Parts: sequence; C-alpha cells; structure tokens
Amino acid sequence: MVNSINVALIGNPNTGKTSLFNRLTGLNQKVGNYPGITVEKKEGICKLDRGLKAHILDLPGTYSLNSSSLDESVVIETLLNKNDKDYPDVAVVVADVENLKRNLLLFTQIKDLQIPTILAVNMADRMDRKAIFLDIELLEKELKTKVVLISSRKNQGIDDLKKAIINFKNYSVEACVDVTSIDKPYFDRFKKTYPDQLIYKLWLVITQDVNFGKIDDQRDLEKVKTKSFEIKSKTELKKMQHRETVLRYQFINNTLNKVLKIDVAKAKDLRSRLDRILIHKVWGYLIFFSILLLIFQAIYDWSGVPMDFIDESFASLSAWVNSILPSGPFTSLLAEGVIPGLGGIVIFIPQIAFLFLFIAILEESGYMSRVVFLMDHIMKKFGLSGKSVVPLVSGTACAIPAVMATRNIEDWKERLITILVVPFTTCSARLPVYLIIVALVIPEGTIAGGFLSYQALTLMGLYLLGFGTAIFSAWVLNKVLPIKRKAFFVMEMPAYKIPLFKNVVITVVEKTKSFVFGAGKIILAISVILWALASYGPGNEFSNAEQIVTEQYANQSLTEEELEQKINSHKLEYSFIGYIGKAIEPAVRPLGYDWKIGIAIVSSFAAREVFVGTLATIYSVQGGEEDEATIKERMAAEQNPILGGPVFNFASGISLLLFYAFAMQCMSTLAIVKRETNGWKWPAVQFVGMTIIAYVAALGAYQILD
Amino acid sequence: MSITISQLKRGQSATIKDFDVDSVPLKLLEMGCLPGNTVRMMQSAPFQDPIYLNINDTHLAIRRETAQKIIVDLHG
Repeated sequence: MVNSINVALIGNPNTGKTSLFNRLTGLNQKVGNYPGITVEKKEGICKLDRGLKAHILDLPGTYSLNSSSLDESVVIETLLNKNDKDYPDVAVVVADVENLKRNLLLFTQIKDLQIPTILAVNMADRMDRKAIFLDIELLEKELKTKVVLISSRKNQGIDDLKKAIINFKNYSVEACVDVTSIDKPYFDRFKKTYPDQLIYKLWLVITQDVNFGKIDDQRDLEKVKTKSFEIKSKTELKKMQHRETVLRYQFINNTLNKVLKIDVAKAKDLRSRLDRILIHKVWGYLIFFSILLLIFQAIYDWSGVPMDFIDESFASLSAWVNSILPSGPFTSLLAEGVIPGLGGIVIFIPQIAFLFLFIAILEESGYMSRVVFLMDHIMKKFGLSGKSVVPLVSGTACAIPAVMATRNIEDWKERLITILVVPFTTCSARLPVYLIIVALVIPEGTIAGGFLSYQALTLMGLYLLGFGTAIFSAWVLNKVLPIKRKAFFVMEMPAYKIPLFKNVVITVVEKTKSFVFGAGKIILAISVILWALASYGPGNEFSNAEQIVTEQYANQSLTEEELEQKINSHKLEYSFIGYIGKAIEPAVRPLGYDWKIGIAIVSSFAAREVFVGTLATIYSVQGGEEDEATIKERMAAEQNPILGGPVFNFASGISLLLFYAFAMQCMSTLAIVKRETNGWKWPAVQFVGMTIIAYVAALGAYQILD
Repeated sequence: MSITISQLKRGQSATIKDFDVDSVPLKLLEMGCLPGNTVRMMQSAPFQDPIYLNINDTHLAIRRETAQKIIVDLHG
C-alpha cells in the first residue's frame, strides 16, 4: 500500500517554480483545466520514499493571496477549501534567493492559513556569485518552519526538499503576522460571531472577489461576506489591506535584517548590460523584429521537409489501405474520410512545434518582459497595454491561451480591447490554410541572396496584416467604447536566464499535443460526417450516376479513367453535400469560390484548420480509390467548371487568404471570450464584426484582381 | 528634497515617502512599493514611458502616470 500526500507548489512568477515542478515529477505530469474555468491545472506524481508518494499541484504563479486575476483566484480557492480534493497537506513556497524580501510576503500569507509550509529558497547556486549569505538556522527559527536551499536549474537540494516534505507533520503552523492588529475592534467583532473560524481566512473571504461556492462551511462564509460589507466600505477595506501589507513587510524586514547579508559591492551584472541593448530605442526594436522574421522563416522554410514527408506518407497510407482491404463502405470511410482528414492535421505538427518552441524560449529567457516594456508606450496609444504584446504574440499560436493571457492586464478597458482584437492575429489554425494556398498561388523564387522566398514574405505579410488589423481595430474600439481607463500597469522585469532545455521541451510537447488532440477530435468527426454526406445522395441522379454519365458521354471517346472521374464528379454534385454546397454557392461565388470551397468555409466555422481536411476529404471522394495524389496536387488540379481555369488562381487565392485573415471562425475562441467577459455580448460583437470585415475584404480583393 | 518617482533621473535613488492609495494598485505595494523602501531609477523606455525601477530589490516597470503619484525623498 502506497500512501499519498497532497503537496501544493506556490510561488511568485519567475522563481523557477515550474522548473522545480519538472524536476520533482519529470514527465510524470498532466496538464488539464480547473473545473469550469480555463486556468491551466498542472499536476504530477513524485515518489518520496518507499511507501509514500506525493501528489504535486503546481499552482499558478502569484505575488500574493490578494487575487487580481482568475489564475490567482484559483490559488486562494484551493487553499481555503479544506474539503477540496487538492487541499494540500503541506505547501512548498518557492522563493528566489535574490528576491527573498518580496517572495516572503506570499510565504507569510500561506503560513497564516495554518497550513504546514516549507520554504524552498531557489537559485541557491547563485549565492556565491552574488555574495549572498543566508543564515538558514536562524531563518527557520524566525519563520517557525523548515527552510531548504535548492537549485532547480542545477538539480541541487531536491532530495533535501523531498525529505522535508516527508516530515511535514513536524512543522509548526503558528502564524507569522497577527492581522487582527490592523484594526482590533473590527476583528474582535468577528471573533465573537465566529469563534471557531480562523480570522485570517475570514479576512480573505471578505476582501477577495472570489467564487467561494465550493468551500466548506459555505453558508457561514457567505454571511460573513454580506455582513462585513455593511460595516466597511471598499475604500476602507483597501486601506486595511494596505496596512496589512505594511505589517507583513515589517515582519519580513525584521527577519531578513537578522539572517540575510548581501555584499553590495558586486560588479555590474548581465542584466544591466543586456538591458542596455535589448531595450535600446533603436537596437531594441531592430532585435525584436529580427527575431520575428527568424520565427516566420523557420515556420515556413525549415519545416518544409518534414511536412512534405508527412503529406506523402498519408497519401500512400490511403492508397495502401485501399489496396489491402476489400472495397466497401468501411474501406472507403477509412481511406477517403478518416486518413485524409487526419493527414490535414498531422501535417502541421512541425510548424506548430516550431512556433511554440520560439514562444517558450522567449518567455523562459525573460526577453518577453523587455518586449512588453519596449512596446507599452506605443500600444497605449491604441488603447492597449504593453502586456497586450504577449497575447498578440502568443495569439500567433492560438487565440485561446492568448485570450487567457490577457488576465494580467490590470486595466479592464485595455484588457477587453485586447481580447476583442486578439483573434485577428494569425493563429496556427490559419496556418494550414495560408500555407497551402500560398504554395498554390504565389510563385516560387527568392530574393536577398536566396535567403528569403516570395512565399515566406507573403506569409510574413499575412502575419503583419493580422497584427495591423488587430492594432487598427484596437484604436477604433478605444475611441468608441465608453469605458474609463485607469491605466494601471505593473510588471516585474525578471533576470535573464538561459532557457532550460527540459522546460522548453516539456512546453513544446504539451502544447503541440493538446493542439493536435483538441483539434484532431473535431477534425476527425467532421471528416467522417463530410465523407458520409459526400458519399451518399438522394434520388436518381446520385444512384444512377454511372448510367447517366456513360450515356451523356457515349459519343465522345473518353478513356476509362476520364470516364470514372466524370462519374465521381457527377456523384459528388448530386450527393447531400453537393446540394448543401449549391445552396451556399450564391453567397461565395462573388468572392471567387466554387461550392466545394463554400462547404470548406462553412465547416471551418467549427475550427479554421478544418478547411484543408474538408477539401482533402471532398477531393479524395471525388478522386476515387486509385488516386494517390497529395492534398496539394489535388487542389492544384481542380478546375472551375463554370469559369474555366484552376479554382485556386491568384484572385480567388488572395480572396481566400483575406477571408481567413479576418473571419472569426473558431467556436472555442468565442466560448473563451464569453467566459472571460461574462456574457455573450462581446463574443457576438466579435463574430458579427469580423465576419463582415472578412466578407467585404474578400469580395473587394476578388473583384479587383479578377 | 521631495519629488515624485517620475522626476528621478537615470541611476538616482530615493526613499519612498507617501502616495495616494487610490491611484496606486495594491499589486505595486505587494511588490515592495511602500513608504521607507528605496527606489532606484534604472532606465526609461523609448518615448520616456514606461519606466524601469528597482524598488526594494525588485526590478519592475510602471507607467509614468502612476510614478507621478508616488512621492519620494531624493538621496544625497
């Protein structure tokens, strides 16, 4: 029998908490969501001893228990609810040795909740270089708990920490600070009404705007909340929180004066030297844009080889399935529905992995904060915050985490505008559509000594278009939205770090996996539905297609192959999907599309990347069993039956690119926006507005270019 | 001499004296922006905003409009 204890990892952002989590759990972790909300929940298992394992929960990074965002609310909800299955037996507060003063604020708050709390002082390997001396024994005495020196980067002290966790029952849960001293009479009234409750816990319930729906003794606490507000106004409460913070810092300063010595005569460090260049008024911007250019070049050019390989593999897999299985509906479903549909998603793994790789490196190294710093002034002019840069950049991976990444923007108006415009940035789901269409309609060839290709430049142009539209819409929204701006902005500038290989790999693997499986499910389902709709049809025209077509072309000498293709096209035209497509056609013809693209666009409203899979399925059904072409070859071969010439020409291609650049075709994003803005109003505005812009832009482009 | 953080020049240090509770977010206090603590101006962003400070050994960035609300005593 193996016993299990709950361990919560808590700490400020940039303390190496996630590295420690990775050290403790290795790949033995899973990332999910907290029920009902979209905050990422990271859990893992760590074997402590024979017969004892720890269930480790990596709580979102926070500076204090006074929550100002959804991520931070999760921390306090978990710590206040004794009945929660994640309620920790022991909390490990991770602190950066160079920043102990600030990190201890959170520590004192956790300790005051009467949870056994271990202090893990991280980055201890830097102490010598920074001339930091820490009296651990005395610190343990002052904080009345266990203190462990660790270095998650150098893998030092991890075993000591595990031993400390095993002994969690031995640590005192005495509070560090007596909060009642900030207003004795007020808290005395509390004590009288709720003699059994921990006062600090009640205080948090009162001051935090958190959903306490699932907390134990819930009714009591709700009463506390309503009653107390009658006594104190919000401003008074804020002043009390202010006093509480001062009180905590007094305790911390007293403690650290006794135990911490720093030799101030240290040489100028890496930080100031790098900052001088990276946030320089010229070099700073140049470096940032060079990095962006490098990312696009990598996504477009470097991932070409693995992508071609995947494309060809899926095409031959389909042919192989057709050749070994007896023909029938099942084989057809597999070879023409499921495999091409899946191929349409697997093919983009190399690019998505590259994108997440770069974003992970920029975040890990501390460079992203410099970008925020550099861009804040410019972004402010458009009604955004410098912090909007992170959502806008990570929006190039996916709008969903990007919308969630707006949570640390303090100002509601800046945050709302960021949420509304983020879906304009080119997310990875647009990439499949862009890549295939760019490859079809933009000529090959290079400039700048062969380093930059026209196609890569077009792609960069599309990214800039998305970004530009986002910025421009933000400017318009800032003018029209009647919300007052407070313009608060507080951001830590973390120390520079060389990204840890392990952390980056874990991020890339996790994010790519969730993209592929998340999108994969939708795509698979849609592929199967499409296959069925395209393989069956009502009435005579479908069931007797063979006879009708043979008679129609009886006097022309067609080869067997040509005849079969005509039959397949005829069938498709009179299948269920053909009828649906024809109904849509009048709306999409002015944009230069045929009914098949119309179907692909409609199904992309579930998720954009479905576009390629849809066309792959439709063309594959049409191509029949012996066809071994790749998706791209099939699209290039497709002819427009009415206007003649290829369906994907320059005019219709540009029109499609613009449509996908602007349209709001992602149900998951709309769902997240609804959650983050508490209602359907803003997602509705987003959906209608973006779709109108997309239609008008595509229409204009096609009519001018054609 | 009492000035605001916004008036500090690059490399100058000062002691925080006072500020208007309503125009300074709690998060800034929690990061160490409290009366008695030392603040040092590290650098301004291009266009002079935001500013990059070292408050109480924490490196952080705030906007000038917030910095104008925090009164400090210049060192030296």
